[in-house]
Amino acid sequence: MATPLNLKELSKKELRFTSGHRLCAGCAAPTVVKMILLAACDWPVVVASATGCLEVSSCISTYTAWKVPWIHNAFENAAATLSGVETMYRALKKQGKIDKDIKFIAISGDGGTYDIGFQSLSGAMERWHDMLYVCYDNEAYMNTGIQRSGATPTYADTTTCPAGAVIPGKPQQRKDLTKIMAAHGIPYVAQASPSHWPDLMKKVRKALEIEGPKFINVFTPCNRGWRTRTDDAILISRLAVETCFWPLYEVENGVTKVTFKPREKKPVVEFLKAQGRFKHLFEPGKEKLIAEIQEMIDKNWERLLKEEEMFASKEESQ
Amino acid sequence: MTKVVAVTGNEAVANAFRQIEPDVCAAYPITPQTELMQRFAAFVSNGQVKTEMILVESEHSAMSACVGAAAAGGRVATATSSQGLALMWEILFIASGLRLPIVMPVVNRALSAPINIHCDHSDAMGARDSGWIQLWSENAQEAYDNTIQAFRIAEHMDIRLPVMVCYDGFIISHSIERIEYLDDEVVKKFVGEYKPLYPLLDVDNPKSYGPLILTDLYHEVRKAHSEVYKKVPKVVVDVAKEFKKISGRSYGLFESYRLDDAEIGIVILNSAAGTTKDVIDEYRERGIKVGLLKPRLFRPFPYEEVGNALKNLKAVCVLDRADAFGGSFGPLYLDIAASLCNFKEKPVLINRIYGLGGRDYMPEHAQGVIDELIEIAKTGKVKVLKEYIGVRE
Ligand SMILES: Cc1ncc(C[n+]2csc(CCOP(=O)(O)OP(=O)(O)O)c2C)c(N)n1
Ligand code: SF4
Repeated sequence: MATPLNLKELSKKELRFTSGHRLCAGCAAPTVVKMILLAACDWPVVVASATGCLEVSSCISTYTAWKVPWIHNAFENAAATLSGVETMYRALKKQGKIDKDIKFIAISGDGGTYDIGFQSLSGAMERWHDMLYVCYDNEAYMNTGIQRSGATPTYADTTTCPAGAVIPGKPQQRKDLTKIMAAHGIPYVAQASPSHWPDLMKKVRKALEIEGPKFINVFTPCNRGWRTRTDDAILISRLAVETCFWPLYEVENGVTKVTFKPREKKPVVEFLKAQGRFKHLFEPGKEKLIAEIQEMIDKNWERLLKEEEMFASKEESQ
Repeated sequence: MTKVVAVTGNEAVANAFRQIEPDVCAAYPITPQTELMQRFAAFVSNGQVKTEMILVESEHSAMSACVGAAAAGGRVATATSSQGLALMWEILFIASGLRLPIVMPVVNRALSAPINIHCDHSDAMGARDSGWIQLWSENAQEAYDNTIQAFRIAEHMDIRLPVMVCYDGFIISHSIERIEYLDDEVVKKFVGEYKPLYPLLDVDNPKSYGPLILTDLYHEVRKAHSEVYKKVPKVVVDVAKEFKKISGRSYGLFESYRLDDAEIGIVILNSAAGTTKDVIDEYRERGIKVGLLKPRLFRPFPYEEVGNALKNLKAVCVLDRADAFGGSFGPLYLDIAASLCNFKEKPVLINRIYGLGGRDYMPEHAQGVIDELIEIAKTGKVKVLKEYIGVRE
């Protein structure tokens, strides 16, 4: 029987990502990884990571924080690497050399997912490898020192698009990778946040139970890059969800479902003001920029609800 | 019983793959390699092999998937040419650094720009320092034989390194030649069962692949890695000896052709060696003591053996089918020069660049080089150290 996803049962399980890694104090990435591996606790898993904060800090020779088989190949190829591992698994299983039911999970930052690794990810999904790809999205290249990525939100201050007198942080919108992944027509795509851990773990569990390619995008605060208090990762991710900056939803076999609807949608300023990377937006005369962000969020949220509604009404009419 | 057939180089190598039956093969098309993987994919489709194919979206992912598959714990192969090899470049170092015994035929082709699909060696030469073992092949038979031996060399427990098998695009890949195939069973027995080392799929004994190594250890790890390459020549020779038993064909670190008593010599890789040998025979008939050295194991370069084989000659021309732009000489020349530099008595060396982008290497080119070497041996005078030959005026 599957281990129930509650604290009492999960606390009895071994943590397969150990303490002693060298990620920053308060970094959300190890928390997210522990949640993923706990959700996968009933299976043996093989994990592939892309180059990035998580990778460089979790396996510094001659130590490793991974109690599961783990491979790091390069920055842009976690999905392709895991394609190889998973294919070898199928080959050896077919030959009767392996009989275990192993799950394959790629865990990579937003840079390695939205940008440089996008081709490799898209290819692996299209080839229908049986794997779960998780992006821990900290919204910038953190390992190289907070440079903008395709996931960096509009007007965030980063080292390559610094908020200056003329340009107020990143001028462009973030890439909506979750939607792009859903457009691949794969069986399961979701967005999750460590603040809503039962939702996150349920999504991981569900994904692992589905055969074929799956993608989960996890909001993962970085206190260094976002200039937040060290112990605020969960609080900030909760604000992201409650302001609908980071909606929690899933797209299962093409059907969109919002998995958390805030009773009262908070204004985005609450999310922005807690972070140093948006500090410049609170200077006098910049009110328009915050309003613009709010407008973008509202539009996306409404569109998402409509999308959900569209599928719901179809299902009813069947 | 061996079977004699007339096939292209690509078909011969595809058949070697079929007989070896890797567990996983990644493939991405690029001329002139494409046909090799197409033929192999047909073997997979027809159920002649159990291999799982990964039909990736790029060569970068082909090599990345090979790294994952090899680390997972099985026999892995892919193949490429030119731009494909260039796109793999980053991961080539990772494959060798992680000691993964991947085998990859490289069907040699020129690099862009300008784009050109025909043969030269600039692709493999660009990857010569990536830590891959490189075996070079004069004809389809050698490409077939080298492919079979490559798996044994790569997977040898003293080695565990990836191997490239180089053969000339179109000249070998697409020309039909007489080939002696070994029996399927003989090849299977020769290559043997794959022995995984620290497989990722051994979930009860988890291993971490690809750690970060900082200044305190990186230097030491690299030194240890470099030591492995010293063991390669012996393994290559041992595997060749065993291969002779099943095939009757002899292979070494390099081929010496009429070199023992030679006074002048040519060093050349791959298919052009065949033409050169014919021309050498003509000159020998006229009493001119000319010989040839054709490197087979180009990486790691067996410089002691090569140096000893050439040191007594008076004049040697190294023919490069690739240039090293902005560098002094062609890549093969540099290794030959380095092999000879510590001998007191050594031949005068010249470097000629030939055959780029598929330009034909004709008997008269070999003749021109030999005539020049005769002159140098007589006078000790060199007109020009490095020069392109066969250039249209
Ligand atoms: C081909 C290549 N380009 C650049 C780098 C340098 N690099 C290493 S990690 C990294 C950023 C990682 O960012 P992300 O994927 O968002 O993960 P994070 O560090 O934020 O966790 C970069 C640019 C690299 N390793 N390889
Ligand atoms: S820089 Fe950010 S993402 Fe990287 S370890 Fe520190 S907190 Fe985590």
